[in-house]
Amino acid sequence: MPQLRIAVLVKQVPDTANVTGEAMKEDGTVNRAALPAVFNPEDLNALEEALKLRDRHDARVTVVTMGPPAAVQVLRESLYRGADEVILLTDKAFAGADTLATSYALSLAIRKLGGADLVLCGRQAIDGDTAQVGPQTAEKLGYPQITCVSRIDALVAPDGEGADGAAAAGSVTATRSIEGGFETLTSSLPCLLTVTGEANDPRPPSVKLVMTYKGIAAEAMPDYDDTYLDPENDAAEVCMLGRDGKPVCRAKVVQWDHEALAADRDSLGLRGSPTRVKEIESVVLAQSEARMVEPTDAGIAELVHELIEEHILG
Amino acid sequence: MKRSDVWVVVEQHDGVAAEVSLELLGRARELADTLGAQVGAVLIGAGAALGDVARELVARGADTVFFVVHDDLAHYLAQPYAAVVGSLIREHQPQIVLYGATTTGRDLAPRVASALRTGLTADCTDLRIGDHVLKGEEYRDLLYQIRPAFGGNIIATIISPLHRPQMATVREGVMVMPEEDRRRDGAIVAVPVTRSSAPLHDAAGVTLTDAEFAVTLVRRVQEEKRVDLKGARVVVAGGVGVGSREGFALVEELARTLGGVVGASRAAVDAGWVAHDHQIGQTGTTVRPKLYIACGISGSVQHRAGMDQSARILAVNDDPLAPIFSVAHYGIVGDLHKVIPQLIAAYRSKGAGGEAAPAPAGASAASDGGAP
Repeated sequence: MPQLRIAVLVKQVPDTANVTGEAMKEDGTVNRAALPAVFNPEDLNALEEALKLRDRHDARVTVVTMGPPAAVQVLRESLYRGADEVILLTDKAFAGADTLATSYALSLAIRKLGGADLVLCGRQAIDGDTAQVGPQTAEKLGYPQITCVSRIDALVAPDGEGADGAAAAGSVTATRSIEGGFETLTSSLPCLLTVTGEANDPRPPSVKLVMTYKGIAAEAMPDYDDTYLDPENDAAEVCMLGRDGKPVCRAKVVQWDHEALAADRDSLGLRGSPTRVKEIESVVLAQSEARMVEPTDAGIAELVHELIEEHILG
Repeated sequence: MKRSDVWVVVEQHDGVAAEVSLELLGRARELADTLGAQVGAVLIGAGAALGDVARELVARGADTVFFVVHDDLAHYLAQPYAAVVGSLIREHQPQIVLYGATTTGRDLAPRVASALRTGLTADCTDLRIGDHVLKGEEYRDLLYQIRPAFGGNIIATIISPLHRPQMATVREGVMVMPEEDRRRDGAIVAVPVTRSSAPLHDAAGVTLTDAEFAVTLVRRVQEEKRVDLKGARVVVAGGVGVGSREGFALVEELARTLGGVVGASRAAVDAGWVAHDHQIGQTGTTVRPKLYIACGISGSVQHRAGMDQSARILAVNDDPLAPIFSVAHYGIVGDLHKVIPQLIAAYRSKGAGGEAAPAPAGASAASDGGAP
């Protein structure tokens, strides 16, 4: 019986839910340094769905992220929750990527893994909220997609372990939220699903796994220019995976650059990105002053009167 | 059709065009007029009612409707719909293609953008035409795609200077719905659709292969929409500061008194004081009423994204530093349990003499769009 191959795409993001005035610079741009970097919330939901599937099926969960060396932190957190294998795509050539260039790199990583039966990712990342990388990665892989998944209803593994025993390709049935309702879809495998926060409550890190993995760092490819590596992780110990594919003591963070992916450089990073940011304007700074009204009967009566006079209130 | 056209990919359900698609036609018309271009609409589906939708698209501003009808296209599915849209774009080369930022549009547009290797900007709140200088070279008449980013903390203007078409999804409710003009002329062009087991190279129109039907619809459940937040002239919204389900009754009473609809922040919905379909904000509904009254809502960026386009905003909060005051036109710092009854009393005594009697309990303001 072949092992079900699940790839989970995750992203480290600035915690935009807690942006304060201090996180905005004078010029109105976001001061990323003032924001804590977090595991994109819906990517954690995607990982949780993968781990839940592995609880029921013979599956291998591989987590892939693209980002600077510091993004290894979300891979560590994936290992703490039970991921089997983690891969860091990091290279200056990836920098400045929009969603198209990002999906290109991610799709190459999945191809290099030999494909996957199921690719899971969060619906959207909280820094951009575009929800584009999932569908674009699916298109690049030629996989079908089901986005905004709030529930995975059923999974029939590729060799047909389901009740009907017929589906050789396997299938997944999932429910997605749509405006004012929901719809349930079935797809043959392989398939890419984007998962919303409604799907589950992600499990916390396991204390045992934290102890196992806390020292791991990204391991460079042979001959890789490691000056780009996170200096904080220089001393960390790296161990290999066991022969059975399970981590023996500490997992290895596999690190791939653009050469490892055999990528076309013109399709990567800023060069491979059709979109450009022309201008950025801070909302926090571009605010008007509210006219304060005293909480007295007279003050409020005057306000209501004014709103009626101006036909704001009928 | 010329290379310069501005397109809207129309979303329809059961023979009714989505409001956001019609809103987009209005903006597409303006953009096309600025560019001296024509407006194209792509309409995909099945069923007899689709012809009426096509005529409505012309009446709302389309010069050409690409009418793609096939039984296998009755329900939206990402792959076949993306194949249709991608194929039409390759053939006709529009310079701009717009989609509603609905779950459907946000599912479809990135798939098309990836296949065409062109740029796509999600969730735009404004679109304009402008120029840009890149490496000493001037690019004229680009589409400025304006959207909030970083959780709504910044507004970014995105361009796609070198790739065509320039594509964007646009949020529902931010563009103005164009009037219907049944006398407008437009062409409804039927696009032939061929279903085949393998790709065909010389078929006219659009070919759909079996591989594009890997996903099948099991069922679709549409829950009846009871709350019309979008049509409301007045929205009275409560947040965590309301404190309790009983406290929320005050918010409801103010809404009833003013002939408004009840809204809520996510925190109030999560607390179980009010149903999710009242939620305003990034994960709820976007509203643009004449008056928005925020009661006990601190004003997270996610909430503000759903209401900051309101004509007037009144914030009531006991915390003078609450971020909601930064988007409000009027602020009252005080205990909402006292302030709301004061607002009700003031409205009843000063404004409601005569015909503007308070609406009965449970009524919404959805029907009073004709009021001054």
